[in-house]
Amino acid sequence: MTEQPLNFVDLAAAASLLVINGVLSWAFRLGLERSIAIAAVRMVAQLGAVGFVLKIAFEQGSPALTTLLAAVMILMAGLEVATRQEGGAPYWATYGIGTATLFFVGIIATLYTLRAIIRAEPWFSARYVLPILGMILGNALTAVALVLNTLVQTVSRERTAIEARIALGATRFDAMSTALSGAVRTGLIPVLNSMAATGVVSLPGMMTGQILAGAEPTEAAKYQIIIMFVLSGASALAATLSAIFGVYLLTDTRHRLRLDRLRHS
Amino acid sequence: MLKVEKLKVGGLPPLSFEVARGECLAVEGPSGSGKTRLLRAIADLDEAPGYVSLDGAERRELPGPAWRKLVRYLSAEPGWWAAMAGDHFARGNEEANARLLRLMTSLGLEPALLDRPVSELSTGQRTRLALIRGLMDEPRVILLDEPTGALDREAAALVAELIRFQLLAERIVVLVSHNPAEIERLAHQRLLLGATGARDAMEAAGRELQR
Repeated sequence: MTEQPLNFVDLAAAASLLVINGVLSWAFRLGLERSIAIAAVRMVAQLGAVGFVLKIAFEQGSPALTTLLAAVMILMAGLEVATRQEGGAPYWATYGIGTATLFFVGIIATLYTLRAIIRAEPWFSARYVLPILGMILGNALTAVALVLNTLVQTVSRERTAIEARIALGATRFDAMSTALSGAVRTGLIPVLNSMAATGVVSLPGMMTGQILAGAEPTEAAKYQIIIMFVLSGASALAATLSAIFGVYLLTDTRHRLRLDRLRHS
Repeated sequence: MLKVEKLKVGGLPPLSFEVARGECLAVEGPSGSGKTRLLRAIADLDEAPGYVSLDGAERRELPGPAWRKLVRYLSAEPGWWAAMAGDHFARGNEEANARLLRLMTSLGLEPALLDRPVSELSTGQRTRLALIRGLMDEPRVILLDEPTGALDREAAALVAELIRFQLLAERIVVLVSHNPAEIERLAHQRLLLGATGARDAMEAAGRELQR
């Protein structure tokens, strides 16, 4: 089995499909031409750069370079958590919570996957570390962003009920227990949905990639099963951790509700 | 003894006063003069520089929840975290059940109210249930924010009777009220807050304390 190397003519043929978008936008006056062009150029530049950087990392095999790339990925994921907040959570606090959570979860889940499940040799090879870390971060960041958003919005809405419990002598975690579990539940919906629907509606990207690259479908399925378990575990850990951080953000050491820390929009 | 020293609440000048066991301090003043903020600061629900101590123990010496177990703030607009009224009370042990029934009877509430959703109760019923909820674990200081504001005359009299009973049981009461008759009947001392002349009122209250 050999994979088919793609040449620039193939890429150009694919890019011509974008013309459909352009024609539709023009015909129906959607005014999206500019956005389509920018998004397409960004996508090409980002994926091209990623492919190039990964090629260097794989060839060099230097742990320092791998670590640097992993750190950049974690920082970018934290940034994504912060920009997805709508409930008025302060930008830098959510950036810190997102980055800290994803750092911890990303490292633990990646190490566990590589050393205990897949047993890659050598486990620190960039070829294994970076794609797996990327998948974990992508899923966990969705969970973290949802958890923080939901928690902040629920607590703002349920302010009187939560303060009533605080006034009666409840600790911050007791007073927020309902909001806390609701936020974690919301944060886990995407990963649970994708676990239930996978293989029926669509083949997951990693499995598709493996099959296109010539792997046995049953082998690809086994890998995908492992990845789904890892992703759900990592998301659950990230959701719980970020919810706990969120409670600390919304209260102080005297267990007082501190909604004054939110940006008022 | 509840002792407040140089407590800074919002834009008010620093407040100092003492309330002994079994005594009631009435806090008066126009809307927006900081009455609610003062009660919240005493219960340590908002940040406020200065000192608040109960029987010699400053609030910061205790964890926040432990302080609020002793010093109970009862909001004029109580919050409810469960759908059913009864789920806001720690029931199950005989003593708590008996106490709950006794308090409900004393405020003219049917025990069957506990099995109804909070949303179906009237404002007056909710106000009284919230008061009972706050007294169930017998706090030492009770900070009442307009406890009778939403009640009819009959229910208000029952609440006033309950407050008097709490004072007899050596509890300390700080009462915010717009009802002069109620203040007249319950208060041992008064504190007047106002947008203007607040300092004078404070000094007057301070002199009254020293007498």
